[in-house]
Amino acid sequence: MDFLIGLIKIICALAWFLVLTLYLTWLERKESAVIQDRIGANRADIFGIRIIGLFQPFADAIKMIFKEDFVPPFANKFLHTIAPLISFFFVAITISAIPFGDYLTIGGRNINLQVLDLDAGLLFILAMLSLGIYGIILSGWASRNRFTLLGGVRGAAQLISYEVALGLSLIGLIMAYPSLRLQEIVGFQGENLFGWLPKWGVLLQPLGFIVFFFAALAETKRVPFDLPEGESEIIGFFTEYGGLKWGLFMMTDFMEIIIISCLTTTLFFGGWQVPWMGLDGFHFPWGGSWLLPHGIVVLFQLLAFNVKVIFFCWLQILIRWTYPRYRYDQLMNLGWKVLIPLSLFNIVGTGIVIGILK
Amino acid sequence: MIDALVYFIEIIKGSLITARHFIVNMFYHILKVFGIKTKRKGAVTIQYPEQKKEIARRHRSLHRLVKREDGQARCVCCMLCVTVCPSECINVEASEDPDPEIQKVPAKFTIDLNRCCFCGFCVEACPEDAIRMDTDKIDLAEYSRQDMYYDLDKLLR
Repeated sequence: MDFLIGLIKIICALAWFLVLTLYLTWLERKESAVIQDRIGANRADIFGIRIIGLFQPFADAIKMIFKEDFVPPFANKFLHTIAPLISFFFVAITISAIPFGDYLTIGGRNINLQVLDLDAGLLFILAMLSLGIYGIILSGWASRNRFTLLGGVRGAAQLISYEVALGLSLIGLIMAYPSLRLQEIVGFQGENLFGWLPKWGVLLQPLGFIVFFFAALAETKRVPFDLPEGESEIIGFFTEYGGLKWGLFMMTDFMEIIIISCLTTTLFFGGWQVPWMGLDGFHFPWGGSWLLPHGIVVLFQLLAFNVKVIFFCWLQILIRWTYPRYRYDQLMNLGWKVLIPLSLFNIVGTGIVIGILK
Repeated sequence: MIDALVYFIEIIKGSLITARHFIVNMFYHILKVFGIKTKRKGAVTIQYPEQKKEIARRHRSLHRLVKREDGQARCVCCMLCVTVCPSECINVEASEDPDPEIQKVPAKFTIDLNRCCFCGFCVEACPEDAIRMDTDKIDLAEYSRQDMYYDLDKLLR
């Protein structure tokens, strides 16, 4: 029975992840269109029905599946094939540590709405995101093309330097919520500051949030930080890829956006917590309360998590369609000379505040 | 330090501009979904095959040959259009006409639309007002180059 529940949880989480990835491509097109006063892709139809282009991701997927699977004759065939799979796998596996909601009780059985409740879930996610770099380096190297190799090296340098800032920015948060279990971190954020303000991470760690968000944007390697890819002029690491393998790289990008949104939500914006909602319904700070059955409460939690995640996906796409790309030295300056000192300062400041409060 | 602060403020302002565009356009899109007509639209897009922009009055589109009252082409094969054509895409072969007033009619009149640059010099040059570019047909596309040779039959239509 436990095995069955585990299987169902894995399937649900992965299906949620992949469907959201598919529709993020749609959201990217539509959002960029609305920002630029256009309409965006709306022509894909099934039997003449086109619901504002909602079938577009399927049309894209079918097109990519039927394209030629081309490996350049000079490339290392094995590594060339395995590189997109590596970067896809390490991003796809991170969803298992994200808490979607609190416990769901069915028939006296407590089901944790998280696939894998690891004690060091946060470290697990960071580790898996770092391992994704191997996909980039391998794809750049195995294509045996100088431009892809340079792109891979740029990607590796960028991701490794921002990994430092990403990790350091979270230390202050770990000090504030003394736990690495994501479910516990979310649980702590259910309490209230001064009795009325939700104790979300962004209020306790505003500087940590800013540093984390910048570093996370760099981790997704999209436009303000898209030096590894550089599709418009400096050629990137997946130049020698086409068809479904290229599609895997593209999906990895979008999945990274979702994972970063999930992490931001979980760590800084209360995860599945709805403000002032406990296990049995709302308890408003001005005294009133609105009691709800358990199922509705869990539904509210799932809904809150989804709304927050989609908001951060929207924000990241907005950022992608607003800014031009950093130059390479500016990128390195921002990483090493701004973000890392700021995150170190944040650690010291958090330590002092915690010391005073004790 | 001041530089960094200014830079940060400008970054925030930039994203507020795109966010404003998004929200304002989204507001008009939602109004449209609920069937409320507004003067301003959410997008400037013209969805081409279904929705066409009105063509300007002095536009130049596909050529046509003007007919006489008896249905023949008004062209008298003076070859002015052939001479003036910068891309040399007009080809005219003359034949005799029984009417001594007219003397010549085209036996063949071909325009190679592969080469035509739609400059309209032929229309300007024509002394008989026999060729015009006012058919409103601007979406010219064929599957083969042969189909892009427009002869007398096609032009007289």
